[in-house]
Amino acid sequence: MKPARFDYLRAASLDEALEALTRHGDEARIVAGGQSLVPMLNMRLTKPALLVDLMRIETLCAPRRENGALVVPAGTRQALLLDRPGLADEVPLLAAALPLVGHVQTRARGTLCGSVAHADPSAEVPLCLVALEGEVHLRSAKRARRVRADDFFVGMMVTDRADDELVEAIALPVRRPGTGYAFAEMARRHGDFAIVACAGVVDGQRMRLAVGGVADRPTARDWPLLDGAALDDALNALAWDLGAGDDLHATARYRRDLVRRLGRRVLEQAAEEARRCQG
Amino acid sequence: MPRLNAAQRHEVAFTLNGAPARVEVEPRTLLTDALRHGLGMTGTHVGCEHGACGACTITIDGMPARACLTLAVAVEGCDLRTVEGLAPEPGRLGVLQAAFRRHHALQCGFCTAGILMSLDAYLRHRPHATRDDLTDVIGGHLCRCTGYAPIIAAAVEAAALLRGEPTEETPTYA
Amino acid sequence: MGIEHSRFIGQSVERVEDAALLSGRGRYIDDLGHKPGTLHAAILRSPHAHADILGTDAEAARALPGVVAVLTGHDLADVAGPLVPALRAAVDARAIAVDRVRYVGEPVAVVVAQDRYVAEDGCDLIEVEYRARPAVVDPLAALAEDAPVLHEGVGRNLVSDRAFRYGDPEAAFAQAPHTLSVTVRYPRNTGSPMETYGVVAEYDPSDDSYDLLANFQGPFSIHAVVARALKVPGNRLRLRTPPDSGGSFGVKQGVAPYAVLICAAARKVGRPVKWIEDRMEHLAASVSATNRVTTLTAAFDGEGRIAALDWDQVEDCGATLRAPEPATLYRMHGNMSGAYAIRHVRIRNRVVVTNKTPTGLVRGFGGPQVYYPLERLVQRIAATLGLDPLDVIRRNLIPADAFPYRTATGALYDSGDYQRALGEAVRDGGLDALRRRREAARAEGRLYGIGFTAAVEPSVSNMGYITTVLTAAERAKAGPKNGAQATATITLDPVGSVTVQVASVPQGQGHRTVLAQVVADVFGIPLDQVRVTADLDTAKDAWSIASGNYSSRFAAAVAGVAHQAATRLRDRLALVAAAQINVRADDLVFAGGRVASRTNPDAALPFARVAATSHWSPGLVPDEAGSVIRETAFWTPPELTAPDEGDAVNSSLCHGFIFDFCGVEVDRATGRLVIDRYVSMHDCGRILHPGMVEGQVRGGFAQALGAAVYEELAYGEDGAFLSGTFADYLLPTATEIPDLVVLHVESPSPFTPLGAKGVGEGNCMSTPVCLANAVADALGIDAIDLPLTPAKLAALSARGDEPAPPQGRAAQAHARPGDRTMRGEGEARVAAAPEAVWAMLLDPAVLTSVIPGAHGVRKLSDTHFRADVTLGVGPVKGRYKADITLSDLDPPRAATLSGTVTGALGNGGGSGRITLTPDARGGTRIGYAYEASVGGKVAAVGGRLLDGAARVIIGGFFSALARRAGGEARPGLLRRLLARLGISA
Repeated sequence: MKPARFDYLRAASLDEALEALTRHGDEARIVAGGQSLVPMLNMRLTKPALLVDLMRIETLCAPRRENGALVVPAGTRQALLLDRPGLADEVPLLAAALPLVGHVQTRARGTLCGSVAHADPSAEVPLCLVALEGEVHLRSAKRARRVRADDFFVGMMVTDRADDELVEAIALPVRRPGTGYAFAEMARRHGDFAIVACAGVVDGQRMRLAVGGVADRPTARDWPLLDGAALDDALNALAWDLGAGDDLHATARYRRDLVRRLGRRVLEQAAEEARRCQG
Repeated sequence: MPRLNAAQRHEVAFTLNGAPARVEVEPRTLLTDALRHGLGMTGTHVGCEHGACGACTITIDGMPARACLTLAVAVEGCDLRTVEGLAPEPGRLGVLQAAFRRHHALQCGFCTAGILMSLDAYLRHRPHATRDDLTDVIGGHLCRCTGYAPIIAAAVEAAALLRGEPTEETPTYA
Repeated sequence: MGIEHSRFIGQSVERVEDAALLSGRGRYIDDLGHKPGTLHAAILRSPHAHADILGTDAEAARALPGVVAVLTGHDLADVAGPLVPALRAAVDARAIAVDRVRYVGEPVAVVVAQDRYVAEDGCDLIEVEYRARPAVVDPLAALAEDAPVLHEGVGRNLVSDRAFRYGDPEAAFAQAPHTLSVTVRYPRNTGSPMETYGVVAEYDPSDDSYDLLANFQGPFSIHAVVARALKVPGNRLRLRTPPDSGGSFGVKQGVAPYAVLICAAARKVGRPVKWIEDRMEHLAASVSATNRVTTLTAAFDGEGRIAALDWDQVEDCGATLRAPEPATLYRMHGNMSGAYAIRHVRIRNRVVVTNKTPTGLVRGFGGPQVYYPLERLVQRIAATLGLDPLDVIRRNLIPADAFPYRTATGALYDSGDYQRALGEAVRDGGLDALRRRREAARAEGRLYGIGFTAAVEPSVSNMGYITTVLTAAERAKAGPKNGAQATATITLDPVGSVTVQVASVPQGQGHRTVLAQVVADVFGIPLDQVRVTADLDTAKDAWSIASGNYSSRFAAAVAGVAHQAATRLRDRLALVAAAQINVRADDLVFAGGRVASRTNPDAALPFARVAATSHWSPGLVPDEAGSVIRETAFWTPPELTAPDEGDAVNSSLCHGFIFDFCGVEVDRATGRLVIDRYVSMHDCGRILHPGMVEGQVRGGFAQALGAAVYEELAYGEDGAFLSGTFADYLLPTATEIPDLVVLHVESPSPFTPLGAKGVGEGNCMSTPVCLANAVADALGIDAIDLPLTPAKLAALSARGDEPAPPQGRAAQAHARPGDRTMRGEGEARVAAAPEAVWAMLLDPAVLTSVIPGAHGVRKLSDTHFRADVTLGVGPVKGRYKADITLSDLDPPRAATLSGTVTGALGNGGGSGRITLTPDARGGTRIGYAYEASVGGKVAAVGGRLLDGAARVIIGGFFSALARRAGGEARPGLLRRLLARLGISA
């Protein structure tokens, strides 16, 4: 399990990284924390010609507040954000989900943007981004653009990012007044990718449920405030719509059951929290 | 910086257990291999090479890192610590190491270095870590021998000793 | 003989191994330097479960700078023969495939290069052409008349079928008021030590000998198998083991075929070769425990007293019988009645081969597969009769006054008081409190259950038990096999310090510490005056076939023989000292570092001086003492006799006792299993080091928890291996381990020098079924197999049917378990007429543009094409060779398109039926329905990602075809996906 050969560029600036992407396109891969990419290199599932290391670009390290969102740049490690004072008030959903991402040791290296760019359908950070209706900031040498999370995730490890673009940052909307947030997942063991993960966002008018681990990307639904049988029906329709499949760890039926049960649980929790902060 | 050519070897310089170190590697060389076979620091073990088992955990700039998921070329200028740097002097064990020995927290010893490095890094940042915190940290490692209970007990006791508290932990076999 | 002084024995002294291991100074195989010029090997492995090898093109690999050799099975055939198992069926048991592969992961070629990275580069450049054969994975399916046959030399997959009869089972069944059966499919799992296999080998042509360093664990009977495979006498195969080994749990017995392979490679290249297995290789192709299908029937009375057992076991040893298999099936033969006094037993043992990794030693070795059905059956008997399972267990236990107890099948249980152990466990483990918790939980509607297990834990295997697979006549012809030779050597050096050398090959069990305790106590000297080495060199150290670290033999056999060797030396040292201080030898006592007279403490000598006498002053040594420098003792217990005429066999020397119970809850919402409390009572005879016994129990429990709940070496129906990484083969971590209460009683074994029995494997035997019994109790169900996954438990605890899909939406078809076929269908409407679309299907230029990622299509015939394609999803991209045929042609209406792709990431195959229907506007409706499956590396590591990927790629073909014909495929999503992927035309 050793990687195939590649060139390596420790980019000193964003421009240097972008220039390399322009020149090499899909032959190049960005490496930041390396927690998703390096296992794939070691298994030779991927053989890029060039790795562009972003972690020495100082401007990409520190998260910042911007237009009502927490903007997390490409170099921010998960552990750093988890230690951010007041994260639970600022982006409560992320504060609830981040401790479930891998382990202390992988969070110390892994980045949030790396997880988003990798686009594993079971990963927690992409799910939070979709649930919160956040944005992905993409940049190439030619242009910068912002893509809604719903549009960014296209399929299994496939995103809207063009080959010459890098995920410069993600923008996670901060807590809105009168809104409740809840996160729950079921994994075989602590730290594993979720079999099903659910993120709920509820305010005075609507409820939004995002589900990871079932479809080929994190998928969200918006409903007016529902409860009882109406909520059951909505969750059941979503459970069937996601096209669950069987794998080694779970059956399709089990995934649908979890969507119905965990989905209800997070929406109820979020609604409760919303009521609390409204009252 | 210039691009490092895939087929050539390049010198990487960093601090290893407080002393300067240099090693020649290809861009693809994993830090595990650079440490073990380039520098002879064989205390860092290789268990899975996909970041799951934690045997190769070291610290980079004070934070735990899977050496198997780290490219050697990426640690230029960093401060690395490995298990060889844990003991206060040759022939003497540190507080955490001694607690592991007292509690029979190792059998084959293959996973041990990584667990020690994780706990050492964690306790430096969070001296008041609870049993649950420490269990979580150990949860990032695979040990196939001990069943973990003695590792948790050793970590809890070491944390208390490092805080200067008298310990209530008794060895798990007592 | 027993223990006279025990200053250290019985104490949890700190381990002598630990300081080095805690400081990064361990000496595992990959930590040891190697000779300059040593080359590194990587192994190319089969992505197919069953296929013929049509050809191997290694030209590009050989041309790669740094690659020294590429060696196939043919290249090595002259120097590496098969590893011959005890059962000489005509199975091909080579270390590397020749012409045929029979499991995913089977070695196909060895690349030897300057370093491991380049060796792996070389593997990527080898092209092997396979012709897939149908695979058979299920052991019962393998028995079918029309099943694919793995080894034509045998002619069928059943390689052994033996029936046994003890007592009068027919009469017992005829007379019994009740009978009941359970059928169990025990799944595959493995020990998964944290250190993988390693081998360093060198061949010396000047005396036709091999020098082999391997982290092998024994039994060293396998040394003979390896030497024979390499076609050298035993003394030309010098096998050394490294000082430290990173766990084994039986598994490192399986390094043997790789020892043969790397030795042969070293001989071919004329230089030392080193191979360190990686984790993916290890999970796919090292060693698995056997999976087994068992039907066990009991005859019993209304009180639950069992009169007879009828075992029908079908053992799946994987693709070949690898020595010492089929030992897993026979290790428990003497104790098939467990802890119970059952006098009538019938057994049918069948061994089959299937297209899975060959099996071998894994902690518990045969025990889990036996106790699961036995203890499930005991619980079922209780449930059927409306009795408390604990009462049924009690009524059947062997009485305390019956020891030594000869079982119906031939074991001689050495000692025990099962009733006392059970009573103390119930009392000290808090069973009453657990019952109250169950009551309270159930009152709230929660799913809470209690499980019990009683088991006998055998240790110190009789090296002859495996011959029970042969008939009495075959055994007579081959000569009797029996015993369990243990050995220890103690050396006194010129300053009187003591060195102990053993052939026990520890992998972390603290042998060096315990032996220092034992020997220091005999000599009455401080612990640190004894140094123990346990790395073995077969050219220089004492060893025998039973040497090694397995069947929990250390405490009972090795510590015992070390005690014997030390005692013999001590008695001769007493003669030396007696002569010098003029006392009688039997008046001397060895204590406090001195040899002193019991009656006159002033008459004394320092131990070191006495111990050094033979070196410096042989003239002072009395003749009757001889040279008192080194003593090598061998010990084999007389109780371990060969199987008798009636197939009765004392398969193990010691028989410990375990009684476990636990309370568990199944979460209705998620199916998660929560272990409320687990109590494990052990009787392993005399305890030499309580801390280590505790460590063995806790470690064994964690592995058993893994086997019960988390771990499975999973295969698809097509033989694809599915759990190739630690993301899919799930070992329990610290956060999964529940509270465990460990209790002990001690019934010393009368058959072992120190009264100790083995203890390391018991929980692997008792815990899986104890948890399953608790789950069955919680859910009120009759049958349950492992692993106890949340999905399975959720399904079993579900109340009522699943909510139906919303109106207008069809429910998804339910796949059979193990069926990994991906199915899909779709349609496209194009402007072109059917005839035009038909022509496109047969046109290489069009195919080049519509086959995803095609670099060029070669037309071999009108209906047969080959192409190089690049396929992938996201960053997972690889080059493949595609082979496409059109069949069942019905121009211009329908055709079947079949294809296979093969590449370094794995292989895939599928077929689709295409129908062309003219529409009203002169265009065509293209309909397609396909089935596909994927194997090899991608299946082993990317199970979670596969389905979507295949859909995208297959859909991409039809989508591109449609577009090329001027239409649009549906759903439109597919196009969007493909555009992103850049894999469409």
